[in-house]
Amino acid sequence: MIKTKFDYNKYLRKNTLPHIWCPGCGDGIILKALLRAIDKSGYSKDEVVITSGIGCASRLPGYVDFNTIHTTHGRALTFAIGIKMYKPRLKVITISGDGDALAIGGNHFIHAARRNIDLTLIVFNNYTYGMTGGQYSPTQPLDSYSTTTPFGNIEPPFDVCNLAQAAGATWVGRSTSYHAVQLEKFMVDALNHTGFSVLDVITNCHISYGRRNKMKSPVEMIKYQKEKAVPARSAENMTPEDLAGRFKTGILFEKKDMPEFCGEYYKKLETIKIK
Amino acid sequence: MTKNIKLMQGNEAIAEGAVIAGCDFFAGYPITPSSEVAEILSSKLPKIGRVFLQMEDEIAALGAVLGAALGGAKAITASSGPGISLKQEHIGYASMCEIPCVIINVMRGGPSTGLPTLPAQGDVMQAKWGTHGDHAIIAITPSSVNESLYETIRAFNLAVKYRTPVLILTDEIIGHMREKVVIPDKNDVEIIDVKLPGVPPEKYNPYNYTSGKVTPLAPMGEGYRYHVTGLIHGETGFPSQKTDVIQNAQNWLMDKIYKNIKDIEKFEEFQIEDADILLVAYGSTSRSSRQAIRMARSAGIKAGMFRPITIWPFPDEQVSKLSKKIKKILVPEMNMGQIIFEVQRNACGSSVYGLNVVSGEPITPDQIYEKIKEISKT
Repeated sequence: MIKTKFDYNKYLRKNTLPHIWCPGCGDGIILKALLRAIDKSGYSKDEVVITSGIGCASRLPGYVDFNTIHTTHGRALTFAIGIKMYKPRLKVITISGDGDALAIGGNHFIHAARRNIDLTLIVFNNYTYGMTGGQYSPTQPLDSYSTTTPFGNIEPPFDVCNLAQAAGATWVGRSTSYHAVQLEKFMVDALNHTGFSVLDVITNCHISYGRRNKMKSPVEMIKYQKEKAVPARSAENMTPEDLAGRFKTGILFEKKDMPEFCGEYYKKLETIKIK
Repeated sequence: MTKNIKLMQGNEAIAEGAVIAGCDFFAGYPITPSSEVAEILSSKLPKIGRVFLQMEDEIAALGAVLGAALGGAKAITASSGPGISLKQEHIGYASMCEIPCVIINVMRGGPSTGLPTLPAQGDVMQAKWGTHGDHAIIAITPSSVNESLYETIRAFNLAVKYRTPVLILTDEIIGHMREKVVIPDKNDVEIIDVKLPGVPPEKYNPYNYTSGKVTPLAPMGEGYRYHVTGLIHGETGFPSQKTDVIQNAQNWLMDKIYKNIKDIEKFEEFQIEDADILLVAYGSTSRSSRQAIRMARSAGIKAGMFRPITIWPFPDEQVSKLSKKIKKILVPEMNMGQIIFEVQRNACGSSVYGLNVVSGEPITPDQIYEKIKEISKT
């Protein structure tokens, strides 16, 4: 089968390259998948808004030719909600790291999910604060090491997907930067979903995380993603012991036709508008 | 023509002024004593097809306001002391990225939760210095309900014109007091609207640091694709670490406000022509000051008042000019002394006295009159 080569240049702001990501970083794979997914979803560049917080992943918007807002640490979803509510015709995507989305931005995360507002949040989950040198994040596995858990992590991590679902998100999925094809497919699905969609993408920071946890090369970390990922369907027949140290991938939760906040707001306006 | 006169609360007048100014987006978080602004707009804005949001916290409220403003909204939020402390992160972002917005601060006193239900003017310096890094800010201190309405309209105009956050600092007295308001017809007040830039998208730069003119902020989603970041950025909007770009960007944030101070400043002078004692008072404190001046004058003491309506940037030139001829200056404030430092900085050899009441009670005309008498004897 001959595939037509995807023209990434159509969406890249080449004058802002090279990017800041380290050689071997998984973020570039996610960026490429996102561009293919946006292209497939059929949105024009003018219709797409990308907001991001602070951190390595959050530098993504600077490199892509959409309406892009690199906001404050943890608050990208609040800007996304503002512009989406004001201009509902826009397709709004938020890029966030694990620390950005779930530590400093945790409150905004659960409330965006609770509202089920039509946004797509992509969490670049590398278990660490890479930009600041590898401190432990709220998704870092138990017993692993970081610059601020030199004796091993004793804080249980968040499961991004369980949290999103429990808080009210209506599309929840997980993939990895190893599963590039699946990643693109899930992104298309998330973008096409009406409601709050959360895609947790396990990606590698070999520099800040891997190096301290016996995976110092990108190859080792990509292998980790490949080996530890368990498709949701296979996980059904596995014991908790089998699943220990691994993570489920797939579209883990989807509920269609749920009341979506932006749509509900404007529907409500119709009932109260006065001249 | 019959005037449209209403009896209104200060917070209500702010909401009314916002709607007249064309405000089409509010996001906030409940906090005393500003909650009425949110409550009133939660009814007014949906009725005209606009957006009202109650967010999960103060930070999110201003985040949503800025997101909407980037989409072209005339957006507003309202809060008070502790809420404004939380909002400082995004006040800095709005300054840095030059995003217009109006922030109402019905001020409180004391650090932390402080005095939620009692009058104070605790946030004047917070308004200027609250967020980190150098930036200029516009802040307005109305002293009546009527002025609250008109100054809210002016705040929106200044925000759009200078692409900056504009703060309105009132206090519990102005916010909750009911007074006569003359509601203007939309056609009788100046309203500056958000516009598309006058250049095609391929020629549009979201920033301009050197021409001296403020580039209009193109509403997102209208074909002008650009990048916004809180990092120091060049005129294209992309981050830069070039020393000349950094210097220009930093200068610009100050210059665009300070070089246009004549357009931004607004003040009132009351009986200063022959005054021997000058009161510099703002907000509700200026009301007691006015009465105290009348009392002083009937007792033969010539007092007058300079009342900044735009308090930031501070009217350095006026205060400095006045202090050349009036050698005694009194600054009554419902805080431990904040604007007094600005007055001292500008006072050319005058003696500057403070009258600071932080008991949760308004400063009374009697208290100010007593202080005037005391000063007159020195």
